[in-house]
Amino acid sequence: MLWTLIKCFVVGGLLCCVGQAILMFTKLTNARILVLFVVSGVALTLLGAYKPLVDFAGAGATVPLTGFGYSLATGAMQAVQEIGLMGAFTGGITNTAAGITAAIVFGFLNAICFKPKTKP
Amino acid sequence: MSDQQKFKEYDQMVKRMTPNSQYFQGFVRAFWVGGLICVLGQLISMAGEYWLHLDQSGVSMFTSIVLVFLGTTLTGLGIYDRIGCYAGAGSVVPITGFANSVAAPALEFRREGMILGLGAKLFQIAGPVLVYGIGSSVVAGVIYWIIVRWF
Amino acid sequence: MGRVGKRTFVYEHRPAIRGWASIAGPKEGQGPLGHTFDAVSEDDLWGQPSWEKGESEMLRQCVEKCLEKSGVALSSVQAVLCGDLLNQIISSSFAARALGAPFLGLYGACSTMIEALLIGGALVDGGYLSNAVCAASSHFSTAERQYRFPLEMGCQRPPSSQWTVTASGSMLLDGEDRDSLAVLTHGTMGRVVDYQITDANHMGAAMAPAVADTIQGHFSDMGREMRDYDLIATGDLGHIGRELLIELLTRRGIAVDQERLIDCGDSIFSKAQNDVNAGGSGCGCVASVLCGWLMRRMEEGELHRMLLVGSGALMSTTSSQQGESIPGIAHAVVIERRKR
Repeated sequence: MLWTLIKCFVVGGLLCCVGQAILMFTKLTNARILVLFVVSGVALTLLGAYKPLVDFAGAGATVPLTGFGYSLATGAMQAVQEIGLMGAFTGGITNTAAGITAAIVFGFLNAICFKPKTKP
Repeated sequence: MSDQQKFKEYDQMVKRMTPNSQYFQGFVRAFWVGGLICVLGQLISMAGEYWLHLDQSGVSMFTSIVLVFLGTTLTGLGIYDRIGCYAGAGSVVPITGFANSVAAPALEFRREGMILGLGAKLFQIAGPVLVYGIGSSVVAGVIYWIIVRWF
Repeated sequence: MGRVGKRTFVYEHRPAIRGWASIAGPKEGQGPLGHTFDAVSEDDLWGQPSWEKGESEMLRQCVEKCLEKSGVALSSVQAVLCGDLLNQIISSSFAARALGAPFLGLYGACSTMIEALLIGGALVDGGYLSNAVCAASSHFSTAERQYRFPLEMGCQRPPSSQWTVTASGSMLLDGEDRDSLAVLTHGTMGRVVDYQITDANHMGAAMAPAVADTIQGHFSDMGREMRDYDLIATGDLGHIGRELLIELLTRRGIAVDQERLIDCGDSIFSKAQNDVNAGGSGCGCVASVLCGWLMRRMEEGELHRMLLVGSGALMSTTSSQQGESIPGIAHAVVIERRKR
């Protein structure tokens, strides 16, 4: 179990370092980095390069946003296998529905419960 | 001296006089905070498997939901922005960062009303992520369909 | 003659600076100039339900404080000239709504305070007004969410970024007051200068060329040089922008005395303060430092003649998103201590 956690820590940390490099060297903003990560996750999954990483590192590969892209792409590809071309339109959201809905619901509740604070 | 030359010269001067980010420190912080969030995700999924007896897709859903919950709550408590200030991409890239990008504008723009404030701004930053994420997943599905059918 | 050279006003009747006041937020209050403001609020909402309303309330209180210190009733104020950073300068308009005096809304980004003095000085000097309030304000939380990201977003700020100052400053110009401490003698209008800087996290670099242009213009119009002033204070270039300005002036053959050149954004925060990076910025920066620290130094007899150069970056999120660079502007006014 310890070995699983170490693999997870290292891979997850390295993916974040890629993001940090983009942040420091290119002056891209957070929003662009998030988009870039999701789209690269989708592309890498399509090329078959991301699945091995997920098998190796578990949450280390699925928790970073590239993992969100991985879920989108595997969902779409599985659905294509099951129901044909139409699956390309349903699979992605189906597979990520939990995360997206949680973000909307918790984001909403959060805005109701808390007040914004100034930075110190 | 032409304008272009003048601008180029000034640009070089600005680059020379602007201190760089502290690269090493930036990487170390992003690495350990990002890694730790992933380990947390791993632990959550293990817990889901062990105690809640979830199947594989159940585990991944459970993990996303819990992490998103943590991300939004820490945003509301005013803690996530401080983590972000310290860790940079270490707290942007994990799914908690996505949750932060949903929760922060929703919280901030609530004063502009429930519909066009909170409701619309919820997706200020997450919107593009979903547009390009879902868009590219459709493209991936179509390409996959072509490959499966013709090759 | 009300003018010398290409763009410098000469205020022949020397409008008096009858009073001044500054109000700052908690972070500015903890800074090295914290003791020089007339009031430091612990509550950066000023008791209001939103940041924008809070900024407006701060500005209103600042104007009232200035009038109180000058011993002038609000009803006898002939005009309020002010501006801020928000879209359609709402902080100023709503503060003016509460004040009820004639209002001229101005926008010169962070140079607004100096623009207000420049125009207010001309109106008072020309006899169109016998007095005028010139003011400006900025607020970190309102500016941040308009120009960058929501406050709770976890973003890192690069070393060149600046921290928008939560503060406001206000001055009362009076054409009839003969025994005020200080007077306005000259003002130089700025040009929009753009050296193609596109990094929204590097305002100092975007504005420094405009400041250099205005200082050079002022010196050549007036036939003066740096040693004619006890102090030249730039608005909000930050410490990187100040270094750039020194280099730009030196390259143009202007002798720079570093001791006499300060930047309000560089002075208002200490480097140890959390996340301020290159220094402070915003309309309230030059306004509050002028109406606090600098006027105090003049009062104490330390300064006799100073040149204030307010610098502004004339960008909006729309222009930035459309790929435009960030043009800068700088206006200057000369404030002199009356000889006694």
